[in-house]
Amino acid sequence: MDNLNTYLSIAAILFSLGMFGVITRRNAIAVLMGIELILNSANLNFLAFAKFGGMNMSGHIFALFVIIMAAAEAAVALAIIINIYNNYKTINVDDVRELRQ
Amino acid sequence: MADLAFWMIVLLTIGSAATVVLNRKLVYSAIALLFTFFGIAGLYVFLWADFLAGVQVIIYVGGILVLIIFGIMLTNRITSVNISHTSVQRGLGAFVVLGLLAILVTMINTTPWLQAEAVEPVQTVGKVGYLLMMDYLLPFEVASLLLLAALMGAAMLSRKSN
Repeated sequence: MDNLNTYLSIAAILFSLGMFGVITRRNAIAVLMGIELILNSANLNFLAFAKFGGMNMSGHIFALFVIIMAAAEAAVALAIIINIYNNYKTINVDDVRELRQ
Repeated sequence: MADLAFWMIVLLTIGSAATVVLNRKLVYSAIALLFTFFGIAGLYVFLWADFLAGVQVIIYVGGILVLIIFGIMLTNRITSVNISHTSVQRGLGAFVVLGLLAILVTMINTTPWLQAEAVEPVQTVGKVGYLLMMDYLLPFEVASLLLLAALMGAAMLSRKSN
């Protein structure tokens, strides 16, 4: 149980699930949920390497900054999504293609 | 006992993460995301990161998840019973993602990771605070500016058009 490969594999599975959500989901909020999963898997990797690399606390700092980024990103992304909804009455990412030729 | 708790938490995390990306109802996905975040906080405890486990629960569950649920409520008519959403190209997506996962797991298991023994610290808050104030002071200050910019940007964007 307590070795590096276990944690890295869990993070890889979480990353793949998040990637699957980003690829297949068509609702912008569901895509955002997939991105949160990916960020969490990155954090898990940082902390696993911190613990098994001799408890180097820099990994914790990096994970903390990733959480800060995730908070800022979620706030701005949801503001954009709500704007898109007000303009198009949909948040299906395939229907929002005004810029496409 | 610790083993059992660990695998239970792993099962909870991965199972609810799968629910997040596979369930058709958006609100169910959001609730499953709650359990995923709790499971990851539990994994942080196993990784001796007590401070970050607390931060994970407070920021992700208390902040980001509430924002996401607000987003769901604001972008769907409350009266519409079925807040569902469709997925496309599931087969192709699953193929690509499973290939990616196979590559990642192969890489993880064949790389000789450099590892060092460590003793479990009594607490990590002091060390994290020391590093934030000494080695990572500039990124810490820049992060405060980023949060301010994100706050103002989100407020500007979500106002009614003037």
